[in-house]
Amino acid sequence: MADSAPTDILEMRGITKTFPGVKALQDVNLTVRRGEIHAICGENGAGKSTLMKVLSGVYPYGTYDGDIVLDGETAQFGTINDSEARGVVIIHQELALVPYLSIAENIFLGNERRRAGGAIDWNRTNAEAAALLERVGLNETPTTLVSALGVGKQQLLEIAKAISKDVSLLILDEPTAALNDNDSEHLLNLLRQFKAQGITSIMISHKLAEIAEIADRTTIIRDGQSIETFDMAEAGASSEAIQNRIIRGMVGRDLDNRYPARESHPGAEVLRIEDWTVHHPTQPGRVVVDRANLNVRAGEVVGIAGLMGAGRTELAMSVFGRSYGRDISGKVYLDGKQVTVGTVPDAIKAGIAYVSEDRKQYGLNLIEDIKRNISAAGLGKLSKNGFVDANEELKVAGEYRDSMNIRTPNVLVEVGKLSGGNQQKVVLSKWLYTAPEVLILDEPTRGIDVGAKYEIYTIINELVAAGKAVLVISSELPELLGICDRIYTLAFGRITGEADVASATQEGLMALMTQENTQETKA
Amino acid sequence: MTGIANLRELFTRNIRTSGIYIAFVLIIVLFSVLTDGLLLSSRNMTSLVLQFSYILILAIGMVIIIIGGHIDLSVGSVVALTGAVAAVVVIRGEQPWWVGVLAALGTGLLVGAWQGFWVAYVGIPAFIVTLAGMLLFRGLTLEVLNNVSLSPFPSEYTSIASGFLNGLLGGYGYDTFTLVIFAIGVLGFAYNAWRNRRARVAYKQTVEAPVLFVLKLVVIAAVVMWFAWNLATYRGLPAVLIILAVLVMVYTLVTKHSVFGRHVYAIGGNLAAAQLSGVRVKRVNFWMFVNMGFLAAIAGIVYSARSSAAQPAAGNMFELDAIAACFIGGAAVTGGIGTVTGAMVGGLIMAVMSNGMSLMGVDQSTQQIVKGVVLLLAVAFDVWNKKRAAAAR
Repeated sequence: MADSAPTDILEMRGITKTFPGVKALQDVNLTVRRGEIHAICGENGAGKSTLMKVLSGVYPYGTYDGDIVLDGETAQFGTINDSEARGVVIIHQELALVPYLSIAENIFLGNERRRAGGAIDWNRTNAEAAALLERVGLNETPTTLVSALGVGKQQLLEIAKAISKDVSLLILDEPTAALNDNDSEHLLNLLRQFKAQGITSIMISHKLAEIAEIADRTTIIRDGQSIETFDMAEAGASSEAIQNRIIRGMVGRDLDNRYPARESHPGAEVLRIEDWTVHHPTQPGRVVVDRANLNVRAGEVVGIAGLMGAGRTELAMSVFGRSYGRDISGKVYLDGKQVTVGTVPDAIKAGIAYVSEDRKQYGLNLIEDIKRNISAAGLGKLSKNGFVDANEELKVAGEYRDSMNIRTPNVLVEVGKLSGGNQQKVVLSKWLYTAPEVLILDEPTRGIDVGAKYEIYTIINELVAAGKAVLVISSELPELLGICDRIYTLAFGRITGEADVASATQEGLMALMTQENTQETKA
Repeated sequence: MTGIANLRELFTRNIRTSGIYIAFVLIIVLFSVLTDGLLLSSRNMTSLVLQFSYILILAIGMVIIIIGGHIDLSVGSVVALTGAVAAVVVIRGEQPWWVGVLAALGTGLLVGAWQGFWVAYVGIPAFIVTLAGMLLFRGLTLEVLNNVSLSPFPSEYTSIASGFLNGLLGGYGYDTFTLVIFAIGVLGFAYNAWRNRRARVAYKQTVEAPVLFVLKLVVIAAVVMWFAWNLATYRGLPAVLIILAVLVMVYTLVTKHSVFGRHVYAIGGNLAAAQLSGVRVKRVNFWMFVNMGFLAAIAGIVYSARSSAAQPAAGNMFELDAIAACFIGGAAVTGGIGTVTGAMVGGLIMAVMSNGMSLMGVDQSTQQIVKGVVLLLAVAFDVWNKKRAAAAR
């Protein structure tokens, strides 16, 4: 029996996955022992989710290099169904449930319990669903619609769905990101139970305290490479010591000169936000940004450091003409005067610009040309009596092409055909043309290569040299430390700290970014 | 970087739009052969313009709606309703013809505002709002007309659709006025093209080779003047053609050069990005539908004037012809892409096919089958073209 069940349930060897222009994973190794809870830690974009997608067959065999050895056999998964047939089940960060089907229907979706004739056996479906719900401790009837469940219960339902498939290796991508403390605790207990039943779990999480509490071993992924794997028992005696050990692994990298130098001469305060609270647009009562206070001065680059789901984008977009959220309260001051920016046109008029983290979805019209994308937000400046001065528009676009160094033969090229870096320069051009005083740049260098990053940093430096106030949101700490004057940390909707860049360290920031809300009961 | 685009590039760069012109020419050639030249006779070309003008007018508004990412299924009913209102005012109320025209236009604007309100400010998908409108306005038409046709309109009213402008400059077996108007149009087009070309050269943009540019103008001029000659030797310049030409020019300007037009393209291309760029999406959506109501009213006036009657069943299925014209003319199902000229050519392709098949004596059932297949293939081409573009990325 010992031969048929090797101690390592999974071995991923030399996994390399390339996307056009980007090496997402490079020679990654991961070994998971049977029956353990294995945590994977790394910064956003380090490659954790990509690795799990390789493992579960989302990226089929042949689109990556390297070997996956499962239970001692090489696995070549073409689809998710192949990996599920081998007992590997992944629960994605974004829950994949159908809201208007019942709990039981969701559990057996694509895997329906049938009678001999092919019709669905509802009695068996509901009975088996009830048994699974009991196993995960979800106290609901199987016929309840999923839309009636909260996020925490939906997460449990995902797990019930996973164990309905005879899972031997369960992969959870940020399972507790959207959960409150009670639900998280319940979920972690469930993982412990599974461990006792012999199910192996791989868990990706940003909540280091949880990992310290539950994981047996941790693998660190950084910049698409597996850095190290260590036993939690040896990593430290206290939860805090273990967390520090993980943070060191996550951020420790060579810092060569990737950021253009800049002299800092901050002037008067331009933007101040006081007591800014934002609620989730569709889940009433869920606070996304909680009483945030911050300010930015002219000629200053201020960073907001936060992990995914911390409320960074939500904070920025709600300030930018309330384009996110509901029940927004708090005050915005521009140049010392309180202003109301209730719509995006108001925000643009007030001199605020917001460069979105997702340029393809929120920043660009990909089927239009460069010229029309650059003029999109500042069309009022280019038009008289409702008609656009096409010649002036062409001239303006040409000027930005030259000054921003957008690499394209002319400005009539469709934006969708440009590289990520050039697309980002188009978005920046669009906002610069509105002549803003405050620029909010949300992940301005996501998905673009190192050279283009340097150019973007240079543009930011030129902006602050011209007296603009720049707020940069990023989950790459070295980037923030390289370009900012001051950095705020945001965790779970709250500003947990403010640090001058001279005194800030990656470890210190990461600790603040992962600091969970301890005042829940007091509020 | 001034470059000279060669012929091949001219076609491949814009295969989506140039493909439609090639198809148009091929269809004309095909049907003139099949009908022994009857299709291109002076008389037939004149009646073709008159017979399909209202579909083309509808297609102008429809293409704007489609570029914005919506659809309007109610225009056929609105054509009937506006015609009915005009008939009640002019025939039953014995008011002068222009009062009827104003009443019809007012009705169209109200209809547009009604639908725009539900789409833009309540957020109901246009498909539903205009499906409801299709029933609603058809019902109102029946109410207004008390279920009976009203006819005839006075001759001042019917001349909107069946009148001809000719004899103003005399003629010798052909109408000089028609030729002069067309000549002015051609010269204006040529001048405009030349000015654009110069502006593009000044901004260091790629332009086609001089030979190609002149050749293009000469071909267009020859085709247009030949068309004018045919009109001139029959009955002269139809008044409807002038209305249509003015609308096409105005709306080409609006879609290409106005802020409103830009915002329509931006909304259809990427709604979220448009919103975050400060486009007042609701307002633009609202006016899109008001405009559609206005154009549907013009189509309703032209149609009722042409048939000299307001009928309860008028305009039945017009919406589908108008929508088909837009998609055949290269508008994208997902919004953000389309042109007024494309929709006009798409409408003319449908017109030539219907007309050609009627001349050949093909029965209605076959005509519908052919039209259905052509629409399907046109959109299939659009989808294929998009995939190809995505793969090349």
